[in-house]
Amino acid sequence: MEFSVSDLACARGGLTVLEGVAFTLAPGAALILRGANGIGKTTLLRTLAGLQPAVAGRISLPPESLVYSAHADGLKAVLTVQENLSFWAAVHGGADVARALVAMNLEALADRRAAHLSAGQKRRLGLARLLVTGRRVWLLDEPTVSLDVASVALFAGVVRAHLAAGGSAVMATHIDLGLAEADVLDLTPFRARTPVSASGFDEAFG
Amino acid sequence: MRALLLRDLRLAFRAGGGFGLGLAFFLLVAVLVPLGVGPEGSTLARIAPGILWVGALLACLLSLDRIFALDFEDGSLDLLATAPIPLEAVVAVKAAAHWLVTGLALTLAAPVLGVLLNLPGQGHVWLVASLAAGTPALSVIGAFGAALVVGVKRGGLLLSLLVLPLYVPTLVFGAEVVRRGAMGQDVATPLLLLAGITAGAWAALPFAAAAALRVNLR
Repeated sequence: MEFSVSDLACARGGLTVLEGVAFTLAPGAALILRGANGIGKTTLLRTLAGLQPAVAGRISLPPESLVYSAHADGLKAVLTVQENLSFWAAVHGGADVARALVAMNLEALADRRAAHLSAGQKRRLGLARLLVTGRRVWLLDEPTVSLDVASVALFAGVVRAHLAAGGSAVMATHIDLGLAEADVLDLTPFRARTPVSASGFDEAFG
Repeated sequence: MRALLLRDLRLAFRAGGGFGLGLAFFLLVAVLVPLGVGPEGSTLARIAPGILWVGALLACLLSLDRIFALDFEDGSLDLLATAPIPLEAVVAVKAAAHWLVTGLALTLAAPVLGVLLNLPGQGHVWLVASLAAGTPALSVIGAFGAALVVGVKRGGLLLSLLVLPLYVPTLVFGAEVVRRGAMGQDVATPLLLLAGITAGAWAALPFAAAAALRVNLR
């Protein structure tokens, strides 16, 4: 099923930051969001994920087919790598944890506590979570932060395999993942011209 | 859902998880009050139901802000909100985990501490019964309060102020069950009211808390 967004407006902190966003994403395709800091890449991804309501517009896919990967990885420091990943696998219906560990090159670290991982290793564990959710559309917010060159390549390979299997991905990123086939969507033209309050209410009381 | 419950219990029992915090506080109250009040058995026996219930309530309050704040800080609350589990169930499971770690532990420890406060022998049964019936309400009311203040830095003070008034009915009826039980009177009315508060809170508050979480996650 195709993922399409039409005339979407989204707001952050009561101000509409993006309006008129429209794109279509076929299965197997990836979309890279570009734009300056503060343009609303994260806001758009959170709106797509269903974490906040859209001010206007339509999203064709239900949030149940999307998985969101935020700046924070959602790891518990006192749990091991294996336990962290098994938890998310169980929540999402028990996918193959071992395969995700291998895919993100984490099998040697499986019994280490997340507290003892480096920033890049934590990020890899956060990204391995995507694999155990079994969801088709990945929403990635700066997925390559703190990854080294080898890990970026590893992750690009994982994304490519996901696309080849019929999944799709929307990602906000500043660096080139080497996904030549991905479309690029520059958000600058969609910047809300006159930032207006998203609703009649003062957000502080909303 | 079972995975979430197991994870929360595992986190609570690992280092720094907060298990034992409430229990230690409850123990301190029960040990220090006799030292402060003095050794007269009759005075202690008279105030024991109230002190035990107040101690259990404050011990419960101590760990409330951990219910959602930790998951909010490390980003897992966002991920749980987009997971296939309904947010209402997430709230209910996390409140249940909180009760298993604090409320149940307090209930099981209470008879021992009742002895320290010279609670009459026949009151112990009702102490356990009232805590078993009442502490689940404390956990779910607390989860609601924690959902309201999630995202507020150091929201513990605000949480206490929000939650304490909601705890009053549970405290009044809980302590009344123990007082009547210790004096050999009929406990049916306060115990039923206490159980009613718990049932009502568990029926309604997971929905209210989930709504509060949705607003706070925006």
